[in-house]
Amino acid sequence: MRTHWDLFIAFFRIGMLGYGGGPGSIPLIHKEVVEKYKWMDDEDFGDLLALANTLPGPIATKLAGYIGHNVSGFWGMINAVLATIIPTIALMIILLTSLSSIDDLPWVQGMTAAVIPVVGMMLAVLTWQFLNKAGKGMGWLQTGIMSVVIFALLYFLNVHPGIVIGVLLIIALVMKDKSKKEEKTEDKLEEKAEQRDRSQGGQSS
Amino acid sequence: MKYWHIFLAFFIPGILGYGGGPASIPLVENEVVRRYEWMSVQDFSEMLALANSLPGPIATKMAGFIGYDEGGVLGAFVGVFAAVAPSLIIMILLLGVLYKYKDSSKVKRLTQYVRPVIAILLGVMAWRFFQESYDGVGLWQTALITVSSYLLIERMKVHPAFVIAAALVYGGLFLG
Repeated sequence: MRTHWDLFIAFFRIGMLGYGGGPGSIPLIHKEVVEKYKWMDDEDFGDLLALANTLPGPIATKLAGYIGHNVSGFWGMINAVLATIIPTIALMIILLTSLSSIDDLPWVQGMTAAVIPVVGMMLAVLTWQFLNKAGKGMGWLQTGIMSVVIFALLYFLNVHPGIVIGVLLIIALVMKDKSKKEEKTEDKLEEKAEQRDRSQGGQSS
Repeated sequence: MKYWHIFLAFFIPGILGYGGGPASIPLVENEVVRRYEWMSVQDFSEMLALANSLPGPIATKMAGFIGYDEGGVLGAFVGVFAAVAPSLIIMILLLGVLYKYKDSSKVKRLTQYVRPVIAILLGVMAWRFFQESYDGVGLWQTALITVSSYLLIERMKVHPAFVIAAALVYGGLFLG
């Protein structure tokens, strides 16, 4: 019971203080999980983060769920995920439904009108961050060409983004590798993975 | 049927949103505004503004609220489940396999290749927001708010929640 309470409090704090969306809560998760409750060490946390980043979907809940699962099984996972997301979702629903009941007043409409460009600006900044990471990762030429083709597919041919992403994922997996560095790191990782499997097996049995 | 749509609307962004929560914003918009037409661009931007000024993960805040708006408490549950469960289940079940390949260039390429798609979707969404604002309050107000909020958030590192609060006050006083 004690563990469940700790899990709940840790992830409740993370959820309520994590401004800036999921990624904004990563340092907070580190603080609670590694420094305060010592559920993981630094190295494990780094590995977990790298792993979570290669998977799709929201990062905060992936981390919460996995750590909760590690600490106290299935219910630990449920507990940690709920503690992360429920408080902010409740706030959101309360605020937005009360806002929409006074939606017709002119000053409320003025308020929402002023917020749209702010959000537009934040999205534009986010756009730039994704482009910049893409440019640094695979070169600006490739990023540029890909962007133009993707834009044409999405907005002139009206292809669903899911299909575009799906095809790109398949290409990424099927394309052949040229680097030899990969083999070396893979061996090391294999060892680590085995260790991890063993420790996990011990916990779940 | 409705709950199935809510499930799909958040399952697809959850499973395709490489790059954490923010990557799923334009994918959610695609489903919610363009495909199912549950919200207008303006409603969506309002919701996003509020979601951005509240703490916690962004993807689940959107899923919870839109799910609730469309299908009550059960809708909220379905939306959040669809957003969270698939990637979490993959992570817990396939941990060993994933661990082995996490540094392989193939796996790294997955995230790489998705980035330009997310960037394009975000860029177009930003453009639509500016256009909406231009239609509503004109060029000068749009430019003024955009530039000053950029300077405050990105240059002077003022917290977005404060800037959004200031924009709300400004709009309530001068744009109503």
